[in-house]
Amino acid sequence: MSEATRGRRRSPRDLVGGTPTATWSLRFDGRELSAQAGQSIAAVLWSAGILAWRTTRETGAPRGAFCGIGSCYDCLVTVNGRPNQRACLVPARPGDRVTTQEGTGHGDLAV
Amino acid sequence: MATSPSDRDARRADTGPDSGPGTGTAPAGADGGPCDLAVVGAGPAGLAAAVTAAGLGLRVTLLDAGERPGGQYYRHPAPALGAARPEALHHGWSAFAPREAALRAHEAAGRITHLPFHHVWTVVPDGAAAPGWILHAVAGPEEGPARVRARAVLLATGAYERQLPFPGWTLPGVVGAGGAQAMLKSGLVLPGKRVVVAGSGPLLLAVAGSLGAAGARVPAVVEAAAYTGYAAHTPVLLRNPAKLAEAATYGSALLRHGIRFLTRHAVTEAHGTGRVEAVTVARLDRDWRPVPGTGRRIPCDALAVGHGLVPQLELATGLGCATATGPDGAVALELDPDGRTSVPGIWSAGETGGVGGAQLALAEGEIAAHALAGRPVPARLARTRTRLRAFAAAMAAAHRPGPGWTGWLREDTDVCRCEEVPAGRIREAVRDLGARDARTVKLLTRAGMGWCQGRMCGPAVAALAGHDPAPDRRPLSCPVPLGHLAELPPADH
Ligand code: FES
Repeated sequence: MSEATRGRRRSPRDLVGGTPTATWSLRFDGRELSAQAGQSIAAVLWSAGILAWRTTRETGAPRGAFCGIGSCYDCLVTVNGRPNQRACLVPARPGDRVTTQEGTGHGDLAV
Repeated sequence: MATSPSDRDARRADTGPDSGPGTGTAPAGADGGPCDLAVVGAGPAGLAAAVTAAGLGLRVTLLDAGERPGGQYYRHPAPALGAARPEALHHGWSAFAPREAALRAHEAAGRITHLPFHHVWTVVPDGAAAPGWILHAVAGPEEGPARVRARAVLLATGAYERQLPFPGWTLPGVVGAGGAQAMLKSGLVLPGKRVVVAGSGPLLLAVAGSLGAAGARVPAVVEAAAYTGYAAHTPVLLRNPAKLAEAATYGSALLRHGIRFLTRHAVTEAHGTGRVEAVTVARLDRDWRPVPGTGRRIPCDALAVGHGLVPQLELATGLGCATATGPDGAVALELDPDGRTSVPGIWSAGETGGVGGAQLALAEGEIAAHALAGRPVPARLARTRTRLRAFAAAMAAAHRPGPGWTGWLREDTDVCRCEEVPAGRIREAVRDLGARDARTVKLLTRAGMGWCQGRMCGPAVAALAGHDPAPDRRPLSCPVPLGHLAELPPADH
């Protein structure tokens, strides 16, 4: 009994109605995801069913958004080459390149 | 300090332009002198205070970390998301809409300067214009420095969610209950299709209702407290019929979406590899200790969890404002009925004085505005405040975490999410190294030293150290680019 076969579930959009002023795509680890104007990067990732976009420094465990409001810093991500951005706060922009952040996000910089 | 409109003009003239090191932007409110009132936070308390104060003639600067006013409670989609009915995700939207309209009108008339995307990280006395204050903020995604000078400050910084760790709580798909609500309200997204809601406090019912209405299946709401705790406060409940009606609304929403409501139960473990796939739910005894043998698994692809809210106080404690532990075991500001803190010129309203909900925050914001403007506080507002504060106290007592919750922690359960410090290391610091408070535990284990500065693990670490939490003491209320610190004039330190 998958959600698809049930077929009658509402969506958040059904609840509030309307349409976004624009939709576009951004790239996450090379994958194209569709984004709605006004969504944060975390919201775009959640819409695509992606819950993890960084790994921790100590154990390499996967993490994503937790508090959703900018206070836990669990959702850190690299956006357009800039590491440690809070995905739950940063608005998604057309053409953004989002990459999974490993550890401190400074691996490439060798610091 | 009461700031009456009559002496406003005299004040306006007494200071020079706001310039100097650290002023990378020129925020309005720095237009030739301090404003009468700086309000930090545009949630229910701050928004109500700002528009009421402006209506009474004060010149107000309203700073908020968010992009749109409303705070966490009235968090709503960006206009670009084109939601035709944003109010469908809210209770009490009718209390927000007119205040937002008033904010826009005051802005247009130059009575309020609204600075969105401004995260205030410290407030210091203004050496040049005592009594007065300088608020330092990080502005916008570019994190530029900004500062605002004000005669008086009202801290309406609200609260954040209290989290009690359990095995598996760092798995992707385990999200804050408030976090799930926030992401839904602002981004119209869900963390999963089948979402268990767990923890403690009335927020869980609201979250479960919203998730259900937005299309998620919610197999159960798992509440650690016994709602019978409210029975001890029947008279208070009866004086708050609106609150009872609200509870009934939530109750019927649960029924409508076929959601099971378990009280005196907790999620004691989340299972999965890479993401949550199921949770174990166990019965609790009166002290929140899991009853052995009662655990059962509920499959799900997300868990929204939270154990009530704790006041966000670091700006206030940084200024030396007095605090006290409330009936929920959380530290809150000591305020007089008008909203004065123990530091003259620093005021507060809403959750910072003890978590009590949006209606109370609105009333307290308006009360403080009247007092700040030197006007008598309308009796209606004072009565509302008294009644809702009593309700808040009853609610706080009913949901106060019992000491037995640490019984569901394993030695290898991470307590501090940022620094990945497991319960075993914290227990060892307490048992073998003699740590008796969260501060010492932090120094010995790094718990609470990471990015979030202990916001997520603070209450849990304090409980493991065997003490009530101490007041928030963070040197900075958010990470601040080092350059901004270097540019502070020495007098600000
Ligand atoms: S989810 Fe907590 S900071 Fe983004």
